[in-house]
Amino acid sequence: MNKGRGFRVYAFVYLAFLYAPIVLLPIFAFNDATIVSFPLTGFTTKWFVQMWNNAALGDAVRNSLIVAVSVSILATTLGVFAARATTRYRFPGQAGLLGMIMLPLVLPDIIIAVSLLVTILQLGISLTLKTIILGHTLIATPFTIAILNSAFQSLDRSLEEAAYDLGETKASTFRLIIMPLVMPGIISSLLIAFSISLDEYIIASFLGGTDNTLPLYIFSLFRFANQVPTVMALGTILAVLSVVLLTIAEYFRRRGIARAGGKDTGGFL
Amino acid sequence: MTNSPATAAPNAASKPIIQLRGLQKYYGDYHALRGITTDIREGEFFSLLGPSGCGKTTLLRCIAGFEDWSAGDLSIDGANMENVPANKRPTNMVFQSYAIFPHLSVAENVGFGLRRARLPKEELNKRVSEALDMVGLGGYGKRAAHALSGGQRQRVALARALILKPKVLLLDEPLSALDKKMREQMQSELRRLQRQVGITFILVTHDQEEALIMSDRIAVMFEGTIEQLATPQQLYRRPVSRKVAEFIGIMNFLPATVSRADATGIDVEVVGLGRATIAAEQCPAGAKTGAASVGFRPETMTVLYDNDPVPASGQIVTGTVAEVVYFGDMTYYDIKLDGVEKPISISMRNVVGRPVLERGAHARVSWDNGALVLFC
Repeated sequence: MNKGRGFRVYAFVYLAFLYAPIVLLPIFAFNDATIVSFPLTGFTTKWFVQMWNNAALGDAVRNSLIVAVSVSILATTLGVFAARATTRYRFPGQAGLLGMIMLPLVLPDIIIAVSLLVTILQLGISLTLKTIILGHTLIATPFTIAILNSAFQSLDRSLEEAAYDLGETKASTFRLIIMPLVMPGIISSLLIAFSISLDEYIIASFLGGTDNTLPLYIFSLFRFANQVPTVMALGTILAVLSVVLLTIAEYFRRRGIARAGGKDTGGFL
Repeated sequence: MTNSPATAAPNAASKPIIQLRGLQKYYGDYHALRGITTDIREGEFFSLLGPSGCGKTTLLRCIAGFEDWSAGDLSIDGANMENVPANKRPTNMVFQSYAIFPHLSVAENVGFGLRRARLPKEELNKRVSEALDMVGLGGYGKRAAHALSGGQRQRVALARALILKPKVLLLDEPLSALDKKMREQMQSELRRLQRQVGITFILVTHDQEEALIMSDRIAVMFEGTIEQLATPQQLYRRPVSRKVAEFIGIMNFLPATVSRADATGIDVEVVGLGRATIAAEQCPAGAKTGAASVGFRPETMTVLYDNDPVPASGQIVTGTVAEVVYFGDMTYYDIKLDGVEKPISISMRNVVGRPVLERGAHARVSWDNGALVLFC
């Protein structure tokens, strides 16, 4: 029974490396000490209270939510257009165009941030949350296109033709047939774009002006040692939220596939 | 099939429902339809038969409104269809993949086309359940569409298309995804359904057997043109070209020489068979004297046995059995006629008391003047 033992050890070490730091978050978030180190000194919820009362943190969370929600909607809308165009129509220069849209996927964020900053300043636009949204949409769109392309590609073209043949218009066919069938893809696209925007640091710091997003604020907190447990508390909440969000998304994705009678070939969980 | 196509054919005088006049279609440089001119009659079961790439699906999609044509006219029920989109045409389509909406129930699929009519709920339910009964799926309305078998999907697609009472139902290779047994069952059911509703059906298929079984008339297409438009019997007995003859069933070909051709008949000298006279109407345009080709079906020849008398109408040639395939009810022979290099196929029904010849045996074969087809 020794077969595969090495692999099991490897898997265990790998998972420990992945999750141990995250497990540390709640431990120190409830630890009654400013210094993040063992041994633990006692149980407290005061870091959560302190976090709750921090007005600047509230602003940062609100800013981040505004940016992330806007980016997820914008990038997904653009992704739907692009995916629809590339899977349904053929036009000259299509491959090259798609390649150029996908380029930000491999371009270093710092390059994008610098060039966007220069351009925006040249245009005389002031740096606000709107400019962050612009930058984040730019980097999130390649991801949404990749996700939505596969959703649109698996759509049988004759489904559209059948609806059209049965008297629907192009628009109502899109609403009644295409949208429900690509909905799982749209939900994943919204989520991916949301999470890309939520933890993005470089572009937000270049294009944000005086507006702080959550990653910027968290990073600034680390300059003060007594604030570190507050960051731990915040991290705990974010980790729990991510798991909840992912579970919900996965639930809808599986339900969508089951309803459409497809085979489950991927997903997050 | 107990119905003979001849009795099932609609009155030849019935009015055309679809008129095609010089229809052309180019995809870039590719000439997909090279001038299709024909009428499809009201209430007939019409098939477009041909190998893949012959333009049959393109023609069907032009009729449905999914393709524009490059030149010519297409009218349905007297109305020109130029610039009339698919959702405004009196046609409905059954797709090769069935195109069942996977996120809807069976009833929602079938009733999809009635959505725009905004019928009261009871009326809608009644029409949907009538349509489901018609295709033998009564009581399946609440099921999820994706949980159906291939044959059931096919029926849902039919009910969904027929519920709108189109003037023409278009079927794009509807049986190709079914297994053999289900396909045969659906062939007779489609025929029954077509008679019941009386709507014109246009079937696209590459399966000649399917076309013969189901159709009133068949248009055989090659390379963007209709090579022959005829009833199944005409098509089988009098194919107009070797191409059609090769596509429909099995036909033997022998080289021949036309020695005389006039209004009373055509005299030919067929290699391996000898002299024959062919009715003049086989070549309406008149036959040229000289080299030609003669064809005949495997079942029109008879392998004689020692005690068989010579049939009164038949002539006899001799040869050698090159191959025998025993098939239970039938025996298929390849016989090398004296003086002919390539063996010919002959099929014989096995009846009591008739032995099966062995390979290498000497065979006497009787043939009938009337079974010969001259390709002039």
